[in-house]
Amino acid sequence: MSTITPETQTATGHNDDPSSNYLTCTSGFMSWAFTLDHKRIGVMYLVGIFAAFFLGGVLALMLRMHLLVPGGLFPDWMVSLDGYNQLFTLHGAVMTFLFIIPSIPGSLGNFVLPLMVGAKDVAFPRMNLASFHLWVFGAIFFLIALVTTGLDTGWTFYTPYSIETQTNVIAATIGAFILGFSSIFTGLNFIVTVNTMRPPGMTWFKMPLFMWAIYATAIIQILATPVLGITLLLLMGERLLGIGIFDPSMGGDPVLFQHFFWFYSHPAVYIMILPAMGIMSELMSVYSRKPIFGYTFIAYSSIAIALLGFLVWGHHMFVSGQSPMAAVIFSGLTFSVSIPSAIKVFNWTATMYKGSINLATPMCYALSFIFLFSIGGLTGLFLGALATDIHLHDTYFVVAHFHYVMMGGTVIAFVGGLYHWWPKMFGVMYNEFFGRLFCAVVFFGFNLTFLPQFVMGSRGMPRRYATYVEEYQIFHVLSTIGALTLGIGMVGAMAVLVVSLFKGRKAPANPWGAATLEWTCTSPPPYYNFEHAPHVDSPYDYSDLKYDAQIGGYVKDPNAPKKSGSDHH
Amino acid sequence: MSAAVETKDQAHHEDGDHHGHSPFQAHHFETMQQQFDAGKLGIWLFLFTEILMFSGLFCAYLIYRYNHPEVFLYAHKQLDTTMGAINTVVLIVSSLSMAWAVRAAQLSQKKLLVFMLSVTLALAGVFLVIKYFEYTHKFDIGLFTGRSNVMYQLQHPDESDHNRELYDSAIAAEHEEEAEHKEEEAHAVAEAEQEDEHPDEHSDSHASSHGDSHGHGHGGPEQFLDAPRNTQIFFGIYYMMTGLHGFHIVFGMVAIGWLLYRSIRGDFSSEYFGPVDYVGLYWHLVDLIWIYLFPLLYLIRS
Repeated sequence: MSTITPETQTATGHNDDPSSNYLTCTSGFMSWAFTLDHKRIGVMYLVGIFAAFFLGGVLALMLRMHLLVPGGLFPDWMVSLDGYNQLFTLHGAVMTFLFIIPSIPGSLGNFVLPLMVGAKDVAFPRMNLASFHLWVFGAIFFLIALVTTGLDTGWTFYTPYSIETQTNVIAATIGAFILGFSSIFTGLNFIVTVNTMRPPGMTWFKMPLFMWAIYATAIIQILATPVLGITLLLLMGERLLGIGIFDPSMGGDPVLFQHFFWFYSHPAVYIMILPAMGIMSELMSVYSRKPIFGYTFIAYSSIAIALLGFLVWGHHMFVSGQSPMAAVIFSGLTFSVSIPSAIKVFNWTATMYKGSINLATPMCYALSFIFLFSIGGLTGLFLGALATDIHLHDTYFVVAHFHYVMMGGTVIAFVGGLYHWWPKMFGVMYNEFFGRLFCAVVFFGFNLTFLPQFVMGSRGMPRRYATYVEEYQIFHVLSTIGALTLGIGMVGAMAVLVVSLFKGRKAPANPWGAATLEWTCTSPPPYYNFEHAPHVDSPYDYSDLKYDAQIGGYVKDPNAPKKSGSDHH
Repeated sequence: MSAAVETKDQAHHEDGDHHGHSPFQAHHFETMQQQFDAGKLGIWLFLFTEILMFSGLFCAYLIYRYNHPEVFLYAHKQLDTTMGAINTVVLIVSSLSMAWAVRAAQLSQKKLLVFMLSVTLALAGVFLVIKYFEYTHKFDIGLFTGRSNVMYQLQHPDESDHNRELYDSAIAAEHEEEAEHKEEEAHAVAEAEQEDEHPDEHSDSHASSHGDSHGHGHGGPEQFLDAPRNTQIFFGIYYMMTGLHGFHIVFGMVAIGWLLYRSIRGDFSSEYFGPVDYVGLYWHLVDLIWIYLFPLLYLIRS
């Protein structure tokens, strides 16, 4: 776990060349596939999860196309009714397990976090690599499920149907089980890295808020994922050995499966959103050129979300026959979890107040996030209230709600963060005009896709139906047009980044004038990150940075007034 | 060798001039102490995940024990308490030898370390052998999981021809047994009439032997005809819990084997003993889980 390996020894030999960076220090397939460098692992994660995102996105577009007409657009030999079940199941499973859970921690977290702490790597580089390899294995199992008999249980694997169906539940559960380990390894690494490898001077409350968010995420990954692991093991036992714990025909209790499943999967939505909130805190401060407002509140609210998130799983089972008392308690706790989320939103908007806002592409995504996440969060309150939930349960209202939070929240912030750290990761600048343009397309397409779903959901359109009555058609048509627009916007946003790899001008070390440590090393960073642990200042103090037009980035201002050393949070 | 792990007052963050390193210090750690602390925190977090993973099973156990107490009361009699108790002792002793191994590593006592690791490995093997005999015995009398469980099959004769045959033969065997009993009883009554000595004592001992004959004596499936419904769930839980625990023992044996190889090579000393410590903590957790499993599964009383 912690000994020197041949790879690190040889790789360090390349470090003396000043023009060498982590991308060029060694080459060849093996130097990537078995690297221990957190930056390369982050890049590999980035490629992997965007492949998964593309697959999930194609499945989503097929779903939306099918729903264009009430009886289903595709003929039966292309998408049968059960084929539709498989489409939405795989869309959900791929997006959840392969894309969104590992997305930000795996890619940006891996790349940025050790740089932010001024460390040379995460605490356990080999475990980090294992985490990525497990992700690949998990993805392979999902693909096996996809190409063999598919999967039609819904991504939630609810029993008893998941025990009875003839589709390949085993392959998918093995995949999800392996991905759980991948997630645990990432989280464990980040907790240990933050706890033991911070540089001198970086106290807990001088950490960048992205680190706080990743730390809170890692707590959930550690505490919740094992429960999913045992649940999936029991489901496998159910299918292979018929152990009967979840099988009503054997005296088992299928609602117990729902409890187990949501004990993981509700905290898991905070695994998805918390890192996005961390990115937001960075973007808001940097592009408003103002210290973050309410630092300690944002930091503590991350931890509060992580802990409260464990107490609300029952709100997924308001109509599953749990006791009314439990339902009332879970409803109340659900409302309480909205408080720390709201604290964050208020602090972000307060950060912008009287700031000098730079509408660079990442900031455009950050502003989209605030708008979309607020809608997603506020509609969550309708679902957390017992009486309205009985009407809205399992309708398109729920679908719209969680897409606003997950897609409008996490994915938008993820893309914003990617645009923010892209110059650092690859040392190139992208085209700002097209970056902003496609951000606008994404924003418009997203709202066109999911706003109509709120309306049809509140009018009773159930989720997961392959056909519908004609009165809902107008909403479905709007939603499908929106989905296509969103797809174009996302592909365009990615294209802007890919084009920059070939045509972008060289990025300076600090193009945005950010004060966190990753911007003090070159772009892209050298293999070693930092020769010595860097000096730590406040992560949100921009007073000593000034723009240098010659290099197109910010540098330390030698004439800046000497800081008093007090922090202003 | 600048940073001895034992010196706790060593500054955590020396300015990193990279000479005089222990060969076991990874490049991204500033000091051996930092590396050791990171590993220690890492293994504790890993143990948390292990506890939470097992907690799902304990939770399932709790719910079914609460909902179907009669199932647990009936089914636990099929577990061999003696073997379970021996295994408990085996694991506790292995925890002792593991702890001793950690101590030996800290004191650079290579021979003692190798010996203690070997003892731990051997005891883990003993545990698995005993577990093997327990499992085999259960398989022999048909105590599988779910629909393959003989108790379930006896209760659902209409589900398949096999179940019907099993049920009919069990009923027939029971009738035969009853007939035998009647014969024995008649015989005994006749004997009692003949001898007419201590009639009370005799009938007492007969009653108790009759009570036992359902549980033991005849090994056929007819002994399970009086099982409460859904008793197979107990065995589902039993196999999942002990199976997952057994898998952890196997994984621990691999880890201890790796330590043994490295300790024979002479890697561990008072400067560098982290891996022994971490595997030791893992092994104690595996032991601890068994200490909960044993009473929960084997020692059930109403």
